[in-house]
Amino acid sequence: MSTIHHHHLKVEFSGGLELLFGNQRVHTLSLPAVIPDSERPSPSPSPPNLKSTSHSTSESRSTDVTYLIHYLRTHLLTDRPELFVDGDSIRPGILVLINDTDWELEGEGAYELKNGDEIVFISTLHGG
Amino acid sequence: MAPASCALCQNAKAILKRPKTGQQICKECFFFVFETEVHHTITDAKLFKPGDKVAIGASGGKDSTVLAYVMKTLNERYNYGLDLYLLSIDEGITGYRDDSLETVKRNQQQYSLPLKILTYEELYGWTMDAIVSEIGKKNNCTFCGVFRRQALDRGASSLNVDHIVTGHNADDIAETVLMNVMRGDIARLGRCTLICTQGEDSIKRSKPFMYAYEKEIVMYAYFKKLDYFSTECIYSPDAYRGHARTFLKDLEVARPSAIIDIIHSGEAFGVREDVKATQKPQQTCKRCGYMSSNELCKACTLLEGLERGMANSVTPDGDVLPRMSHKVLRRRSQFSSNSFVWASSSWDWSNLVVSTYSRPHLSVFEM
Ligand SMILES: [Zn+2]
Ligand SMILES: [Zn+2]
Repeated sequence: MSTIHHHHLKVEFSGGLELLFGNQRVHTLSLPAVIPDSERPSPSPSPPNLKSTSHSTSESRSTDVTYLIHYLRTHLLTDRPELFVDGDSIRPGILVLINDTDWELEGEGAYELKNGDEIVFISTLHGG
Repeated sequence: MAPASCALCQNAKAILKRPKTGQQICKECFFFVFETEVHHTITDAKLFKPGDKVAIGASGGKDSTVLAYVMKTLNERYNYGLDLYLLSIDEGITGYRDDSLETVKRNQQQYSLPLKILTYEELYGWTMDAIVSEIGKKNNCTFCGVFRRQALDRGASSLNVDHIVTGHNADDIAETVLMNVMRGDIARLGRCTLICTQGEDSIKRSKPFMYAYEKEIVMYAYFKKLDYFSTECIYSPDAYRGHARTFLKDLEVARPSAIIDIIHSGEAFGVREDVKATQKPQQTCKRCGYMSSNELCKACTLLEGLERGMANSVTPDGDVLPRMSHKVLRRRSQFSSNSFVWASSSWDWSNLVVSTYSRPHLSVFEM
């Protein structure tokens, strides 16, 4: 294996979510630009009727926000995954910003990450 | 995806998709529409008059932090002529409220507004920590809710204010509508969508954010870099409310207008006068003098239970005393032949009169 191309990312948690990630708000990560086969998100057990076919193919997939969420859940999350994810996606009520833009304008989970991207996760679910 | 440009100014890059309208808008237009819609909520409901003394119920959390900032901004921009105060309640919850009050104290500096803090300990002789060590974690939200409401009222009268504004947002109101429907609490269903209520003590309470989505409040705080505190109360086991909130958030993903639609449904339910009349006439609590529908107010009822070491005067649905309205409803439903009676027989749909449904004017920017 020579050099695998990597993306350097800044990920920030706030609104109480940082408590699920070792009480650390800002994390810097380096993710491979193409999702390694071994790291494909396995089809989630909870909703079997949803997109059950897409992950079984072996074609390479660029690292996207859905993969980032999977990566954060498996590698960085220290506490109570049900407060962060819901199946393959983010729990409703958590806002996601990609480079300071609402992820709903950027394709949500399908957004393909670029080197230097900054992703912010904010919980709206904690006290008013 | 190519970055979309703003649907309002057609110029800057869009940074937010509005849940209420689906519009994609830029940061400056977002600040402007958010503030302007709150201004319209305030002026349409004629909430204030010049010279009013207004206390902002400030918890240090996102909603009240944004509310304090927006109230101060609008008061200056539109010359409301209001005297604004921050009013905070210290429930006595170590590791939660002591930290959030530090945020309120910073807000006091940042917004240069006078701050009054009242503690449960000084008002009731009990901190929430002490209450929980007495009764455990079950039902403590009932204590806290009853105590907080009364504490805000008492703080308001000690500041001599005319009006208390709270940060309840559209998601909170929709959640309350759902919960009142699910509990069959028709009298509260009728009241919970009122933007402004006035008690016997003549202090008004209102909710300038009742049409503002939680998503937009949090985004506003994020883009304005407002300083707020966000840790869930360590004693918050209100599972029923939690389910309602999860359900609502799932609905919002599928159809973002669901939240405002539920509020409109709540507003369109007219509650029949004879149902409203089942609320008991008000008197004053014989122990503390606070307005009450019984000899003892809810706070004093709970305190007596605590002092006797038995706090089981609380019913499972969180109400302190039996609700008279249910008995009246049940009796009527036995005699009304053509009314649909709900399974528990405590809820009679004929009490609801659906008024002519007209969608309230929401926003000047809505397309
Ligand atoms: Zn714009
Ligand atoms: Zn009393």
